[in-house]
Amino acid sequence: MLTRRLSLWLTDALMYGLLIGVSIFMILPFIWMVSTSLKPADEIFAIPPIIISSHSSLKAYAYLQEQYNILGIVRNTFVIAFSATILRLFFCALGGYGFAKFRFPGQGALFAFLLGTLVIPSAVTLVPIYIIMRNLKWIDTFWPLIIPGAANAFGIFFMRQYTMSVSNELMDAARIDGAGEFTIFWRIILPIIAPGLTSLGLIFFMGSWNDFIGPLIYLKSPEHFTLPLIIRSLVGPVGRTVYDVQMAASVISLIPLLIIFLIFQRRFVEGITAGAIKG
Amino acid sequence: MAETIIMPHSHLSPIAKLRRKGIEIFKARWAYLFISPFYILFLIFGVYPILFSLYLSFTEWKGLGPIKFVGLRNFELLLKDKVFWQSMTNGVFLFVLYVPLMTFMALVLAVILNSKRVRGFRFFRTLLFIPYIMNIVAAGFTFRLMLNQKYGLVNAMLGIFHIAPVPWLESVWGGRVSLCLLVIWAWLGYNMVIMLAGLQTIPSELTEAALIDGASSAQAFLYVTIPLMRPVILFSVVLSTMGSFNLFSEIYNLTNGGPMNATITPVIDIFNQAFGNFRLGYASAMAYLYFIILFALTLVQFRYFGQQAD
Repeated sequence: MLTRRLSLWLTDALMYGLLIGVSIFMILPFIWMVSTSLKPADEIFAIPPIIISSHSSLKAYAYLQEQYNILGIVRNTFVIAFSATILRLFFCALGGYGFAKFRFPGQGALFAFLLGTLVIPSAVTLVPIYIIMRNLKWIDTFWPLIIPGAANAFGIFFMRQYTMSVSNELMDAARIDGAGEFTIFWRIILPIIAPGLTSLGLIFFMGSWNDFIGPLIYLKSPEHFTLPLIIRSLVGPVGRTVYDVQMAASVISLIPLLIIFLIFQRRFVEGITAGAIKG
Repeated sequence: MAETIIMPHSHLSPIAKLRRKGIEIFKARWAYLFISPFYILFLIFGVYPILFSLYLSFTEWKGLGPIKFVGLRNFELLLKDKVFWQSMTNGVFLFVLYVPLMTFMALVLAVILNSKRVRGFRFFRTLLFIPYIMNIVAAGFTFRLMLNQKYGLVNAMLGIFHIAPVPWLESVWGGRVSLCLLVIWAWLGYNMVIMLAGLQTIPSELTEAALIDGASSAQAFLYVTIPLMRPVILFSVVLSTMGSFNLFSEIYNLTNGGPMNATITPVIDIFNQAFGNFRLGYASAMAYLYFIILFALTLVQFRYFGQQAD
Protein backbone atom coordinates (compact mmCIF):
# COMPACT_ATOMS: atom_id res chain seq x y z
CA MET A 1 0.00 0.00 0.00
CA LEU A 2 2.79 2.33 0.99
CA THR A 3 4.86 1.53 -2.11
CA ARG A 4 1.84 2.14 -4.32
CA ARG A 5 1.26 5.52 -2.76
CA LEU A 6 4.95 6.30 -3.04
CA SER A 7 5.07 5.38 -6.71
CA LEU A 8 2.00 7.52 -7.42
CA TRP A 9 3.64 10.39 -5.58
CA LEU A 10 6.81 9.88 -7.59
CA THR A 11 4.88 9.83 -10.88
CA ASP A 12 3.20 13.11 -9.95
CA ALA A 13 6.49 14.69 -8.96
CA LEU A 14 8.07 13.57 -12.23
CA MET A 15 5.15 14.90 -14.29
CA TYR A 16 5.11 18.28 -12.58
CA GLY A 17 8.91 18.46 -12.70
CA LEU A 18 8.94 17.90 -16.44
CA LEU A 19 6.08 20.34 -17.07
CA ILE A 20 7.64 23.06 -14.95
CA GLY A 21 11.10 22.50 -16.45
CA VAL A 22 9.80 22.78 -20.01
CA SER A 23 7.67 25.79 -19.04
CA ILE A 24 10.74 27.61 -17.74
CA PHE A 25 12.58 26.86 -21.01
CA MET A 26 9.62 28.26 -22.92
CA ILE A 27 9.15 31.38 -20.85
CA LEU A 28 12.78 32.37 -20.23
CA PRO A 29 13.39 33.98 -23.65
CA PHE A 30 10.28 36.15 -23.18
CA ILE A 31 11.47 37.31 -19.76
CA TRP A 32 14.93 38.04 -21.12
CA MET A 33 13.50 39.89 -24.11
CA VAL A 34 11.33 42.19 -21.97
CA SER A 35 14.08 42.62 -19.38
CA THR A 36 16.70 43.58 -21.98
CA SER A 37 14.37 46.05 -23.67
CA LEU A 38 14.04 47.96 -20.39
CA LYS A 39 17.70 47.93 -19.34
CA PRO A 40 20.25 50.66 -19.84
CA ALA A 41 22.88 49.63 -22.42
CA ASP A 42 25.69 49.05 -19.91
CA GLU A 43 23.64 46.52 -17.94
CA ILE A 44 22.73 44.30 -20.90
CA PHE A 45 25.95 42.33 -20.67
CA ALA A 46 26.48 42.72 -16.91
CA ILE A 47 27.90 39.76 -15.02
CA PRO A 48 26.15 38.38 -13.06
CA PRO A 49 23.11 39.01 -15.29
CA ILE A 50 20.55 41.53 -14.05
CA ILE A 51 16.93 40.52 -14.59
CA ILE A 52 15.10 43.54 -13.23
CA SER A 53 17.25 46.61 -13.48
CA SER A 54 16.84 49.41 -10.97
CA HIS A 55 17.45 51.79 -13.87
CA SER A 56 14.59 50.42 -16.00
CA SER A 57 13.15 52.83 -18.53
CA LEU A 58 11.20 52.95 -21.77
CA LYS A 59 14.05 54.80 -23.48
CA ALA A 60 14.54 52.09 -26.09
CA TYR A 61 10.88 52.32 -27.09
CA ALA A 62 11.00 56.10 -27.37
CA TYR A 63 14.16 55.81 -29.48
CA LEU A 64 12.37 53.35 -31.82
CA GLN A 65 9.59 55.86 -32.38
CA GLU A 66 11.94 58.82 -32.89
CA GLN A 67 14.41 57.10 -35.21
CA TYR A 68 12.34 54.50 -37.00
CA ASN A 69 8.71 55.63 -36.63
CA ILE A 70 7.84 52.24 -35.15
CA LEU A 71 4.11 53.01 -35.13
CA GLY A 72 4.29 53.44 -38.90
CA ILE A 73 6.04 50.04 -39.10
CA VAL A 74 3.28 48.49 -36.98
CA ARG A 75 0.75 50.01 -39.36
CA ASN A 76 2.56 48.56 -42.43
CA THR A 77 2.65 45.12 -40.85
CA PHE A 78 -1.02 45.35 -39.97
CA VAL A 79 -2.12 46.62 -43.41
CA ILE A 80 -0.27 43.77 -45.16
CA ALA A 81 -1.43 41.05 -42.76
CA PHE A 82 -5.03 42.28 -42.70
CA SER A 83 -5.50 42.65 -46.46
CA ALA A 84 -3.69 39.38 -47.20
CA THR A 85 -5.90 37.58 -44.66
CA ILE A 86 -9.20 38.98 -45.94
CA LEU A 87 -8.36 38.25 -49.59
CA ARG A 88 -7.20 34.71 -48.78
CA LEU A 89 -10.27 33.98 -46.67
CA PHE A 90 -12.55 35.13 -49.46
CA PHE A 91 -10.92 32.95 -52.13
CA CYS A 92 -10.54 29.96 -49.79
CA ALA A 93 -14.18 30.12 -48.68
CA LEU A 94 -15.30 30.41 -52.30
CA GLY A 95 -13.03 27.59 -53.50
CA GLY A 96 -13.88 25.37 -50.56
CA TYR A 97 -17.59 25.90 -51.25
CA GLY A 98 -17.10 25.10 -54.94
CA PHE A 99 -15.44 21.79 -54.11
CA ALA A 100 -17.74 20.86 -51.22
CA LYS A 101 -21.19 21.58 -52.67
CA PHE A 102 -20.94 21.08 -56.43
CA ARG A 103 -20.34 18.05 -58.64
CA PHE A 104 -18.62 18.79 -61.93
CA PRO A 105 -16.48 17.07 -64.57
CA GLY A 106 -12.78 16.97 -63.63
CA GLN A 107 -13.46 17.62 -59.95
CA GLY A 108 -11.32 14.78 -58.61
CA ALA A 109 -8.36 15.63 -60.82
CA LEU A 110 -8.58 19.35 -60.04
CA PHE A 111 -8.68 18.64 -56.31
CA ALA A 112 -5.76 16.20 -56.47
CA PHE A 113 -3.80 18.82 -58.42
CA LEU A 114 -4.59 21.41 -55.76
CA LEU A 115 -3.24 19.16 -52.99
CA GLY A 116 -0.25 18.25 -55.15
CA THR A 117 0.87 21.88 -55.31
CA LEU A 118 1.48 21.74 -51.56
CA VAL A 119 4.70 19.74 -52.01
CA ILE A 120 6.37 22.37 -54.23
CA PRO A 121 9.03 24.07 -52.11
CA SER A 122 8.94 27.85 -52.33
CA ALA A 123 12.68 27.88 -53.12
CA VAL A 124 11.91 26.79 -56.70
CA THR A 125 9.65 29.75 -57.45
CA LEU A 126 11.63 32.35 -55.48
CA VAL A 127 13.71 33.76 -58.35
CA PRO A 128 11.06 33.78 -61.12
CA ILE A 129 8.45 35.41 -58.87
CA TYR A 130 11.01 38.09 -58.04
CA ILE A 131 11.50 38.71 -61.78
CA ILE A 132 7.71 38.90 -62.30
CA MET A 133 7.42 41.44 -59.49
CA ARG A 134 10.27 43.46 -60.94
CA ASN A 135 8.58 43.56 -64.35
CA LEU A 136 5.32 44.62 -62.71
CA LYS A 137 7.29 47.37 -60.88
CA TRP A 138 5.97 45.97 -57.61
CA ILE A 139 9.35 45.92 -55.82
CA ASP A 140 9.20 47.96 -52.60
CA THR A 141 5.39 47.81 -52.57
CA PHE A 142 3.08 45.62 -50.48
CA TRP A 143 1.58 43.81 -53.51
CA PRO A 144 4.11 40.91 -53.68
CA LEU A 145 3.24 40.11 -50.06
CA ILE A 146 -0.51 40.04 -50.73
CA ILE A 147 -1.29 38.85 -54.26
CA PRO A 148 0.66 35.60 -54.97
CA GLY A 149 -0.67 33.83 -51.86
CA ALA A 150 -4.23 35.12 -52.27
CA ALA A 151 -5.71 31.67 -52.99
CA ASN A 152 -4.12 29.11 -50.74
CA ALA A 153 -4.29 25.34 -51.36
CA PHE A 154 -4.27 24.42 -47.68
CA GLY A 155 -6.99 26.99 -46.99
CA ILE A 156 -9.24 25.66 -49.77
CA PHE A 157 -8.76 22.12 -48.46
CA PHE A 158 -9.56 23.30 -44.94
CA MET A 159 -12.70 25.18 -45.99
CA ARG A 160 -13.87 22.28 -48.15
CA GLN A 161 -13.79 19.97 -45.13
CA TYR A 162 -15.63 22.57 -43.09
CA THR A 163 -18.27 23.39 -45.72
CA MET A 164 -19.06 19.72 -46.41
CA SER A 165 -20.71 19.49 -42.98
CA VAL A 166 -23.19 22.28 -43.86
CA SER A 167 -26.61 20.85 -44.75
CA ASN A 168 -27.94 21.35 -48.29
CA GLU A 169 -31.49 22.26 -47.24
CA LEU A 170 -30.93 25.99 -46.81
CA MET A 171 -29.13 26.21 -50.15
CA ASP A 172 -31.87 24.30 -51.96
CA ALA A 173 -34.59 26.46 -50.36
CA ALA A 174 -32.80 29.62 -51.46
CA ARG A 175 -32.42 28.22 -54.99
CA ILE A 176 -36.15 27.54 -55.18
CA ASP A 177 -36.72 31.13 -54.08
CA GLY A 178 -34.66 32.18 -57.08
CA ALA A 179 -31.50 33.37 -55.32
CA GLY A 180 -28.37 33.61 -57.48
CA GLU A 181 -25.42 31.31 -56.82
CA PHE A 182 -23.19 34.07 -55.48
CA THR A 183 -25.98 35.37 -53.24
CA ILE A 184 -26.39 31.88 -51.80
CA PHE A 185 -22.67 31.80 -51.02
CA TRP A 186 -22.56 35.30 -49.58
CA ARG A 187 -25.83 35.32 -47.60
CA ILE A 188 -26.27 31.70 -46.57
CA ILE A 189 -23.00 29.80 -46.64
CA LEU A 190 -20.63 32.49 -45.37
CA PRO A 191 -22.44 33.10 -42.03
CA ILE A 192 -22.54 29.35 -41.34
CA ILE A 193 -18.86 28.77 -42.04
CA ALA A 194 -17.77 31.85 -40.07
CA PRO A 195 -16.21 29.83 -37.19
CA GLY A 196 -14.05 27.89 -39.65
CA LEU A 197 -13.04 31.13 -41.33
CA THR A 198 -12.05 32.58 -37.97
CA SER A 199 -9.73 29.64 -37.29
CA LEU A 200 -8.19 29.84 -40.75
CA GLY A 201 -7.98 33.64 -40.60
CA LEU A 202 -5.99 33.50 -37.37
CA ILE A 203 -3.47 31.17 -38.99
CA PHE A 204 -3.21 33.39 -42.09
CA PHE A 205 -2.91 36.57 -40.06
CA MET A 206 -0.16 35.13 -37.88
CA GLY A 207 1.73 33.80 -40.90
CA SER A 208 1.63 37.14 -42.65
CA TRP A 209 2.43 39.19 -39.53
CA ASN A 210 5.49 37.04 -38.81
CA ASP A 211 6.60 36.58 -42.44
CA PHE A 212 10.27 37.35 -42.88
CA ILE A 213 11.54 36.12 -46.25
CA GLY A 214 8.86 37.98 -48.28
CA PRO A 215 9.54 41.43 -46.80
CA LEU A 216 13.29 40.69 -46.89
CA ILE A 217 13.17 40.19 -50.65
CA TYR A 218 10.63 42.81 -51.66
CA LEU A 219 10.73 45.75 -49.25
CA LYS A 220 13.62 48.16 -49.81
CA SER A 221 12.95 51.52 -48.17
CA PRO A 222 12.90 51.58 -44.34
CA GLU A 223 9.54 53.39 -44.21
CA HIS A 224 7.92 50.36 -45.91
CA PHE A 225 9.46 47.79 -43.55
CA THR A 226 7.45 45.34 -41.45
CA LEU A 227 8.20 44.44 -37.83
CA PRO A 228 10.29 41.29 -38.44
CA LEU A 229 12.33 43.18 -41.04
CA ILE A 230 12.98 46.15 -38.78
CA ILE A 231 14.19 43.82 -35.99
CA ARG A 232 16.64 42.31 -38.46
CA SER A 233 17.78 45.71 -39.74
CA LEU A 234 18.69 46.89 -36.23
CA VAL A 235 21.87 44.78 -36.40
CA GLY A 236 24.87 47.07 -36.39
CA PRO A 237 28.53 46.26 -37.09
CA VAL A 238 29.98 43.28 -35.20
CA GLY A 239 29.65 43.69 -31.47
CA ARG A 240 27.66 46.90 -31.74
CA THR A 241 24.11 45.60 -32.05
CA VAL A 242 21.67 47.87 -30.26
CA TYR A 243 20.22 45.02 -28.24
CA ASP A 244 17.87 47.04 -26.03
CA VAL A 245 16.26 48.65 -29.09
CA GLN A 246 16.12 45.34 -30.94
CA MET A 247 14.42 43.64 -28.00
CA ALA A 248 11.98 46.55 -27.66
CA ALA A 249 10.97 46.06 -31.30
CA SER A 250 10.60 42.33 -30.61
CA VAL A 251 8.27 43.04 -27.68
CA ILE A 252 6.21 45.36 -29.89
CA SER A 253 5.96 42.68 -32.60
CA LEU A 254 4.73 40.11 -30.11
CA ILE A 255 2.10 42.03 -28.12
CA PRO A 256 -0.68 42.33 -30.77
CA LEU A 257 -0.44 38.63 -31.65
CA LEU A 258 -0.37 37.66 -27.98
CA ILE A 259 -3.58 39.58 -27.32
CA ILE A 260 -5.31 38.08 -30.37
CA PHE A 261 -4.11 34.60 -29.39
CA LEU A 262 -5.30 34.85 -25.79
CA ILE A 263 -8.76 36.00 -26.93
CA PHE A 264 -9.20 33.43 -29.73
CA GLN A 265 -7.14 30.59 -28.31
CA ARG A 266 -9.80 27.93 -28.80
CA ARG A 267 -10.43 28.80 -32.47
CA PHE A 268 -6.72 29.06 -33.11
CA VAL A 269 -6.02 25.59 -31.73
CA GLU A 270 -8.98 24.19 -33.68
CA GLY A 271 -7.54 25.56 -36.90
CA ILE A 272 -4.13 24.06 -36.26
CA THR A 273 -5.34 20.62 -35.26
CA ALA A 274 -8.07 20.24 -37.89
CA GLY A 275 -5.62 19.45 -40.69
CA ALA A 276 -3.71 16.90 -38.64
CA ILE A 277 -6.59 14.93 -37.17
CA LYS A 278 -9.12 14.87 -39.99
CA GLY A 279 -6.71 14.96 -42.92
CA MET B 1 -37.98 3.76 -64.81
CA ALA B 2 -34.39 3.34 -63.80
CA GLU B 3 -33.31 2.50 -67.36
CA THR B 4 -34.57 5.78 -68.74
CA ILE B 5 -32.79 7.86 -66.14
CA ILE B 6 -29.46 6.09 -65.74
CA MET B 7 -28.39 5.71 -69.32
CA PRO B 8 -24.88 4.27 -69.62
CA HIS B 9 -22.58 6.55 -71.59
CA SER B 10 -21.61 3.74 -74.00
CA HIS B 11 -25.11 3.66 -75.41
CA LEU B 12 -24.87 7.23 -76.61
CA SER B 13 -23.40 8.49 -79.86
CA PRO B 14 -20.16 10.52 -79.56
CA ILE B 15 -21.99 13.75 -80.34
CA ALA B 16 -24.61 13.08 -77.69
CA LYS B 17 -21.80 12.31 -75.23
CA LEU B 18 -20.11 15.60 -75.97
CA ARG B 19 -23.42 17.40 -75.69
CA ARG B 20 -24.07 15.78 -72.35
CA LYS B 21 -20.58 16.73 -71.14
CA GLY B 22 -21.19 20.27 -72.34
CA ILE B 23 -24.42 20.49 -70.39
CA GLU B 24 -22.72 19.14 -67.28
CA ILE B 25 -19.96 21.71 -67.59
CA PHE B 26 -22.44 24.51 -68.26
CA LYS B 27 -24.53 23.51 -65.25
CA ALA B 28 -21.40 23.64 -63.09
CA ARG B 29 -20.18 26.99 -64.44
CA TRP B 30 -20.57 28.57 -61.00
CA ALA B 31 -18.43 25.92 -59.38
CA TYR B 32 -15.69 26.49 -61.96
CA LEU B 33 -15.90 30.21 -61.34
CA PHE B 34 -15.67 29.70 -57.57
CA ILE B 35 -12.58 27.52 -57.72
CA SER B 36 -10.90 29.45 -60.55
CA PRO B 37 -8.93 32.06 -58.51
CA PHE B 38 -6.57 29.39 -57.19
CA TYR B 39 -5.82 27.98 -60.64
CA ILE B 40 -5.40 31.40 -62.25
CA LEU B 41 -2.99 32.54 -59.54
CA PHE B 42 -1.16 29.21 -59.67
CA LEU B 43 -0.72 29.57 -63.42
CA ILE B 44 0.98 32.94 -62.94
CA PHE B 45 2.86 32.38 -59.68
CA GLY B 46 3.33 28.60 -59.85
CA VAL B 47 3.38 27.05 -63.31
CA TYR B 48 5.13 29.92 -65.07
CA PRO B 49 7.86 30.28 -62.39
CA ILE B 50 8.45 26.51 -62.34
CA LEU B 51 8.98 26.46 -66.12
CA PHE B 52 10.98 29.68 -66.15
CA SER B 53 13.23 28.42 -63.40
CA LEU B 54 13.76 25.15 -65.32
CA TYR B 55 14.87 27.23 -68.31
CA LEU B 56 17.09 29.43 -66.12
CA SER B 57 18.81 26.37 -64.68
CA PHE B 58 20.47 25.83 -68.09
CA THR B 59 21.64 29.44 -68.32
CA GLU B 60 23.88 32.02 -66.78
CA TRP B 61 22.09 35.22 -65.85
CA LYS B 62 22.78 38.11 -63.50
CA GLY B 63 19.16 39.28 -63.58
CA LEU B 64 19.90 41.99 -66.14
CA GLY B 65 21.17 41.87 -69.72
CA PRO B 66 21.17 38.86 -72.04
CA ILE B 67 20.50 35.34 -70.77
CA LYS B 68 23.38 33.03 -71.77
CA PHE B 69 22.56 29.38 -72.48
CA VAL B 70 25.18 27.09 -70.95
CA GLY B 71 23.60 23.63 -71.22
CA LEU B 72 24.29 21.34 -68.28
CA ARG B 73 27.19 23.37 -66.91
CA ASN B 74 25.34 24.52 -63.80
CA PHE B 75 24.53 20.94 -62.87
CA GLU B 76 28.14 19.86 -63.45
CA LEU B 77 29.32 22.63 -61.13
CA LEU B 78 26.63 21.70 -58.66
CA LEU B 79 27.83 18.09 -58.38
CA LYS B 80 31.22 19.45 -57.29
CA ASP B 81 29.78 22.20 -55.07
CA LYS B 82 30.86 21.27 -51.53
CA VAL B 83 28.65 23.91 -49.88
CA PHE B 84 25.52 22.60 -51.59
CA TRP B 85 26.14 19.02 -50.50
CA GLN B 86 27.06 20.22 -47.04
CA SER B 87 23.71 22.05 -46.93
CA MET B 88 21.93 18.78 -47.75
CA THR B 89 23.88 16.85 -45.08
CA ASN B 90 23.19 19.66 -42.61
CA GLY B 91 19.49 19.14 -43.27
CA VAL B 92 19.98 15.50 -42.30
CA PHE B 93 22.00 16.42 -39.19
CA LEU B 94 19.34 18.86 -38.02
CA PHE B 95 16.63 16.31 -38.72
CA VAL B 96 18.39 13.65 -36.62
CA LEU B 97 19.19 16.12 -33.85
CA TYR B 98 15.76 17.56 -33.25
CA VAL B 99 12.92 15.64 -34.92
CA PRO B 100 12.99 12.46 -32.76
CA LEU B 101 13.59 14.44 -29.56
CA MET B 102 10.90 17.00 -30.29
CA THR B 103 8.34 14.40 -31.38
CA PHE B 104 8.97 12.28 -28.28
CA MET B 105 8.78 15.26 -25.94
CA ALA B 106 5.61 16.54 -27.61
CA LEU B 107 4.00 13.13 -27.14
CA VAL B 108 5.08 12.76 -23.51
CA LEU B 109 3.92 16.27 -22.60
CA ALA B 110 0.61 15.69 -24.37
CA VAL B 111 0.07 12.41 -22.48
CA ILE B 112 0.86 14.13 -19.16
CA LEU B 113 -1.55 16.98 -19.88
CA ASN B 114 -4.20 14.54 -21.07
CA SER B 115 -3.87 12.26 -18.03
CA LYS B 116 -6.08 14.47 -15.82
CA ARG B 117 -3.59 13.84 -13.00
CA VAL B 118 -2.08 17.30 -13.28
CA ARG B 119 -3.85 20.52 -12.51
CA GLY B 120 -3.64 23.61 -14.68
CA PHE B 121 -4.22 21.87 -18.02
CA ARG B 122 -5.16 25.10 -19.79
CA PHE B 123 -2.40 27.08 -18.14
CA PHE B 124 0.37 24.72 -19.24
CA ARG B 125 -1.08 24.21 -22.70
CA THR B 126 -1.18 27.96 -23.28
CA LEU B 127 2.29 28.49 -21.87
CA LEU B 128 3.92 25.76 -23.98
CA PHE B 129 2.14 26.96 -27.12
CA ILE B 130 3.00 30.68 -26.89
CA PRO B 131 6.49 30.44 -28.50
CA TYR B 132 4.78 29.29 -31.69
CA ILE B 133 3.21 32.73 -32.20
CA MET B 134 6.45 34.69 -31.74
CA ASN B 135 8.12 35.77 -34.97
CA ILE B 136 11.31 33.91 -35.56
CA VAL B 137 13.43 37.01 -36.12
CA ALA B 138 12.68 38.22 -32.59
CA ALA B 139 13.21 34.71 -31.23
CA GLY B 140 16.48 34.29 -33.13
CA PHE B 141 17.97 37.49 -31.77
CA THR B 142 16.77 36.77 -28.23
CA PHE B 143 18.49 33.38 -28.42
CA ARG B 144 21.62 35.04 -29.81
CA LEU B 145 21.68 37.34 -26.83
CA MET B 146 21.11 34.55 -24.33
CA LEU B 147 23.66 32.21 -25.94
CA ASN B 148 26.44 34.80 -26.21
CA GLN B 149 29.63 33.03 -25.15
CA LYS B 150 31.08 35.72 -22.85
CA TYR B 151 28.06 37.62 -21.60
CA GLY B 152 25.03 35.43 -22.28
CA LEU B 153 22.51 34.37 -19.68
CA VAL B 154 22.87 30.65 -20.46
CA ASN B 155 26.61 30.50 -19.85
CA ALA B 156 26.22 32.65 -16.73
CA MET B 157 23.69 30.12 -15.40
CA LEU B 158 25.99 27.21 -16.29
CA GLY B 159 28.77 29.11 -14.51
CA ILE B 160 26.89 28.69 -11.22
CA PHE B 161 27.52 24.95 -11.59
CA HIS B 162 31.16 25.65 -12.54
CA ILE B 163 30.64 24.65 -16.15
CA ALA B 164 33.08 26.41 -18.48
CA PRO B 165 31.50 28.81 -21.01
CA VAL B 166 30.10 26.87 -23.97
CA PRO B 167 30.86 28.33 -27.44
CA TRP B 168 27.19 28.03 -28.50
CA LEU B 169 27.32 30.08 -31.65
CA GLU B 170 31.06 29.93 -32.27
CA SER B 171 31.55 26.19 -32.84
CA VAL B 172 30.27 23.70 -35.42
CA TRP B 173 28.23 21.51 -33.09
CA GLY B 174 27.41 24.40 -30.78
CA GLY B 175 25.80 26.15 -33.73
CA ARG B 176 23.81 23.08 -34.70
CA VAL B 177 22.64 22.46 -31.13
CA SER B 178 21.70 26.12 -30.68
CA LEU B 179 19.66 25.98 -33.86
CA CYS B 180 17.89 22.84 -32.65
CA LEU B 181 17.16 24.52 -29.32
CA LEU B 182 15.53 27.41 -31.18
CA VAL B 183 13.52 25.11 -33.46
CA ILE B 184 12.37 22.93 -30.55
CA TRP B 185 11.48 26.05 -28.57
CA ALA B 186 9.40 27.40 -31.44
CA TRP B 187 7.70 24.15 -32.56
CA LEU B 188 7.35 21.90 -29.49
CA GLY B 189 4.08 23.51 -28.41
CA TYR B 190 2.62 23.22 -31.92
CA ASN B 191 3.42 19.51 -32.10
CA MET B 192 2.16 18.98 -28.57
CA VAL B 193 -1.18 20.60 -29.40
CA ILE B 194 -1.55 18.30 -32.42
CA MET B 195 -0.74 15.23 -30.29
CA LEU B 196 -3.15 16.42 -27.62
CA ALA B 197 -5.96 16.66 -30.17
CA GLY B 198 -5.04 13.16 -31.36
CA LEU B 199 -5.09 11.79 -27.81
CA GLN B 200 -8.52 13.26 -27.22
CA THR B 201 -9.91 11.14 -30.06
CA ILE B 202 -8.76 7.96 -28.25
CA PRO B 203 -11.50 6.74 -25.90
CA SER B 204 -10.13 6.78 -22.35
CA GLU B 205 -11.82 3.38 -21.70
CA LEU B 206 -9.09 1.71 -23.76
CA THR B 207 -6.20 2.76 -21.53
CA GLU B 208 -8.32 2.33 -18.41
CA ALA B 209 -9.14 -1.24 -19.43
CA ALA B 210 -5.43 -1.95 -19.90
CA LEU B 211 -4.68 -0.52 -16.45
CA ILE B 212 -7.43 -2.62 -14.84
CA ASP B 213 -6.02 -5.70 -16.55
CA GLY B 214 -2.80 -5.07 -14.65
CA ALA B 215 -0.73 -3.14 -17.17
CA SER B 216 1.57 -0.46 -15.75
CA SER B 217 1.02 3.08 -17.02
CA ALA B 218 4.27 2.79 -19.02
CA GLN B 219 2.94 -0.39 -20.68
CA ALA B 220 -0.41 1.24 -21.41
CA PHE B 221 1.47 4.14 -23.02
CA LEU B 222 3.69 1.88 -25.15
CA TYR B 223 1.15 -0.74 -26.22
CA VAL B 224 -2.15 1.16 -26.31
CA THR B 225 -1.52 4.87 -26.77
CA ILE B 226 1.40 4.86 -29.22
CA PRO B 227 -0.11 2.40 -31.75
CA LEU B 228 -3.38 4.35 -31.78
CA MET B 229 -1.52 7.61 -32.19
CA ARG B 230 0.60 6.39 -35.10
CA PRO B 231 -1.14 8.43 -37.85
CA VAL B 232 -0.85 11.64 -35.82
CA ILE B 233 2.79 10.96 -34.91
CA LEU B 234 3.63 10.31 -38.55
CA PHE B 235 1.86 13.48 -39.63
CA SER B 236 4.01 15.51 -37.27
CA VAL B 237 7.18 13.66 -38.34
CA VAL B 238 6.49 14.26 -42.05
CA LEU B 239 5.91 17.97 -41.39
CA SER B 240 9.06 18.26 -39.28
CA THR B 241 11.16 16.50 -41.93
CA MET B 242 10.11 18.93 -44.63
CA GLY B 243 10.62 21.67 -42.05
CA SER B 244 14.22 20.73 -41.30
CA PHE B 245 15.26 21.09 -44.96
CA ASN B 246 13.19 24.23 -45.45
CA LEU B 247 14.55 26.11 -42.42
CA PHE B 248 15.33 29.66 -43.44
CA SER B 249 14.41 32.44 -41.02
CA GLU B 250 15.60 30.46 -38.00
CA ILE B 251 19.08 30.08 -39.50
CA TYR B 252 19.27 33.45 -41.20
CA ASN B 253 18.71 35.20 -37.88
CA LEU B 254 20.49 32.91 -35.41
CA THR B 255 23.64 31.62 -37.10
CA ASN B 256 23.38 32.85 -40.70
CA GLY B 257 24.62 29.45 -41.88
CA GLY B 258 27.81 29.57 -39.84
CA PRO B 259 30.13 28.85 -38.24
CA MET B 260 31.98 27.41 -41.24
CA ASN B 261 28.72 26.54 -43.03
CA ALA B 262 27.84 24.15 -40.20
CA THR B 263 24.22 25.26 -40.20
CA ILE B 264 23.71 26.23 -43.83
CA THR B 265 20.66 24.55 -45.39
CA PRO B 266 19.61 24.37 -49.06
CA VAL B 267 17.17 27.27 -48.88
CA ILE B 268 19.79 29.56 -47.30
CA ASP B 269 22.32 28.51 -49.94
CA ILE B 270 19.85 29.12 -52.79
CA PHE B 271 18.87 32.49 -51.33
CA ASN B 272 22.51 33.59 -51.03
CA GLN B 273 23.36 32.55 -54.58
CA ALA B 274 20.28 34.29 -55.98
CA PHE B 275 20.04 37.49 -53.97
CA GLY B 276 23.63 37.78 -52.70
CA ASN B 277 25.71 36.74 -55.73
CA PHE B 278 22.99 37.28 -58.38
CA ARG B 279 23.81 33.90 -59.97
CA LEU B 280 20.19 33.35 -60.95
CA GLY B 281 20.87 30.45 -63.33
CA TYR B 282 22.98 28.58 -60.80
CA ALA B 283 20.46 29.25 -58.00
CA SER B 284 17.69 27.84 -60.22
CA ALA B 285 19.70 24.69 -60.91
CA MET B 286 20.23 24.29 -57.16
CA ALA B 287 16.55 24.82 -56.48
CA TYR B 288 15.65 22.16 -59.04
CA LEU B 289 18.02 19.53 -57.74
CA TYR B 290 16.85 20.30 -54.21
CA PHE B 291 13.20 20.03 -55.32
CA ILE B 292 13.80 16.62 -56.92
CA ILE B 293 15.60 15.25 -53.85
CA LEU B 294 12.98 16.62 -51.47
CA PHE B 295 10.16 15.36 -53.67
CA ALA B 296 11.59 11.83 -53.67
CA LEU B 297 11.94 12.02 -49.89
CA THR B 298 8.35 13.20 -49.44
CA LEU B 299 7.09 10.50 -51.79
CA VAL B 300 8.85 7.82 -49.74
CA GLN B 301 7.38 9.23 -46.54
CA PHE B 302 3.88 9.50 -47.96
CA ARG B 303 4.10 5.91 -49.17
CA TYR B 304 5.16 4.83 -45.71
CA PHE B 305 2.54 7.12 -44.18
CA GLY B 306 -0.16 5.66 -46.45
CA GLN B 307 0.75 2.04 -45.70
CA GLN B 308 0.81 2.64 -41.95
CA ALA B 309 -2.57 4.31 -42.02
CA ASP B 310 -4.25 1.26 -43.60
